[in-house]
Amino acid sequence: MNRYLIEKYFRYDKLPHIWCPGCGHGIILGALIRSIENLRLNTNKICVVSGIGCSSRAPGYLNFDTLHTTHGRALAFATGVKLANPELKVIVITGDGDCTAIGGNHLIHAARRNIDITTILFNNNIYGMTGGQYSPTTPQYEKGTTAPYGNIEKSFDACKLSASAGATYVARGTVYHTHQLIKLLEKAIMHKGFSFVEAVSVCPTYYGRKNKKGTVLDMLDWLRENSIDVGAAQKLTAEQLKGKIIIGEFVNSEEPEYTAEYERIIKGFKKGDSHG
Amino acid sequence: MKEQDNTYKLLQGNEACVEAAIIAGMRFFAGYPITPSTEIAEFSAEKLPMVGGKFIQMEDEIASMAAVIGASLAGLKAMTATSGPGFSLKQENIGYASLTETPCVIVNVQRGGPSTGLPTLPAQGDMMQARWGTHGDHPIIALYPSSVEEIFYTTIRAFNLSEKYRVPVILLLDEVIAHMRERVMLPDVTKLEIVNRKKPEVTPDKYVPYRGEEDLVPPMASFGEGYKFHVTGLIHDEYGFPTNNPEEIERLLKRLMNKIYKNIEDIISYESYLCDDAEIIIVAYGCTGRSAKKAISIAREKGLKVGMFRPITIWPFPEAPLKKVALGKTIIVAEMNMGQMVLEIERLLGCTANIHRLNKVNGELITPDEILTKIEEVY
Repeated sequence: MNRYLIEKYFRYDKLPHIWCPGCGHGIILGALIRSIENLRLNTNKICVVSGIGCSSRAPGYLNFDTLHTTHGRALAFATGVKLANPELKVIVITGDGDCTAIGGNHLIHAARRNIDITTILFNNNIYGMTGGQYSPTTPQYEKGTTAPYGNIEKSFDACKLSASAGATYVARGTVYHTHQLIKLLEKAIMHKGFSFVEAVSVCPTYYGRKNKKGTVLDMLDWLRENSIDVGAAQKLTAEQLKGKIIIGEFVNSEEPEYTAEYERIIKGFKKGDSHG
Repeated sequence: MKEQDNTYKLLQGNEACVEAAIIAGMRFFAGYPITPSTEIAEFSAEKLPMVGGKFIQMEDEIASMAAVIGASLAGLKAMTATSGPGFSLKQENIGYASLTETPCVIVNVQRGGPSTGLPTLPAQGDMMQARWGTHGDHPIIALYPSSVEEIFYTTIRAFNLSEKYRVPVILLLDEVIAHMRERVMLPDVTKLEIVNRKKPEVTPDKYVPYRGEEDLVPPMASFGEGYKFHVTGLIHDEYGFPTNNPEEIERLLKRLMNKIYKNIEDIISYESYLCDDAEIIIVAYGCTGRSAKKAISIAREKGLKVGMFRPITIWPFPEAPLKKVALGKTIIVAEMNMGQMVLEIERLLGCTANIHRLNKVNGELITPDEILTKIEEVY
């Protein structure tokens, strides 16, 4: 990343970050910053909220209003921030455990409300911060320290989950396809409503090592070879898509947004309309 | 008489809480339905949009506590209301508010516990949870009114203390008072003291978000004002960033506790009733204080010298005022639990002092007769 972007968007004195060598999270954070730069957003009006875990340390490095909350609750805190001050661009950074296990309830309800928050799921398929336990996105039969004989649970498709809960922008990218990821994040941030971007990351330290995925480069190669664009995927059978990562935009629709709807009720009273 | 009529209103306890909260400046409420506090959410949903405020019913108790903290950081005075099981669920985020010094008010309309317990029946069983419900040493203020009118004025005080000291304030209510309707003398709003959090008077580059001033309370910026500050539930340095430095850890935790204890005179409130000549002091709070008053008037008619000490600020406990009226006297601690605040009274007056317990946990109130019987037993 060039010095201009680092000085403009990062708390330089808080670097280097805590992520392991080869971790994909820095690529996602870089993509987020590039998308914000491309959009020329007012940095005084951005609030980045996170929960607990590797991904959730990201806001501490960013020079915005930043809120590092409790495990799983980022979206609930973010809902309070956004409703209190709808002019803020509220971006949630969360991990697979944070977002789809302990925080799963908040994800589906934020999506259902269609509140104007952008959620970026840094999905590394593992609990990294605590040392490699299986998460709801660990693929079935893969290993974690708490699944030493293979994970017998089925994994979540977080994009399908968000979409069916009512998110009005849903997309998936990977840390290999960074240019696409930047574009997806730009669209998500500008979308009026609940937007959800799953960024498939790599965790060589735990997920990769536990499951013999080779080096970081091997893991990135795997992403390249096994990702299929959503358009191309439509022509393939379920059997052909097994084990593949479908990337691109899944949902992009317009629905009434929660804070705008609430403002409408308030405006009703300002006009003296007691029925709101 | 006509003018006076206008200054009174018949209000339900939960309703009085919302009316007062809005006067105190509440502009955000997040909650989840739970008996016997639900009316607070219902009244807030109705009233807040009328004053440009926001109400949201969150997906659970944890989320509503989280949303309240988020809204407060974005600059609004915020409140939530719950009861026993919900109070348990909120505890982690109450600790977050405590550590991040985020002002907020949490109403706990108590019901019988443990667990789902007695949803529609009164109890005073959350006294220790109000103090130590979240993990780790942390500052907290808890207030306990005993009438609908006192709910009104104590709610305003809860917001004022929360804003002044940047601390979550727990408002403990009794189910019976929350659901009772009583006459409330409405204040002249223009004469009320309404406290707002201190704002930074420096430019963003000079802002140190967690450096306490003389009163140990740091000024608080809101998100969106350009201060670009970091808030974390990790132990942090004065700039708000995580630290493992022993000196910085200790400095933060001591300041958090001291901002309450060094300002205790300002924070405590209590009622000392006929204590001067009393030989027996009843310590009671909330609705039990009202039974005690009735018992005292009957006892006094019988020539028994009895008084009452009623803490309104429960935490921090009004230590000095209690000692002043109660040291060396016979004490009866009446409470609708198995004996919680009596532990604090024993600590303050000495466990060998003449302290008697009157406890009830069957979902019924402690009656004046029961207190009178106890008075006569120990007199």
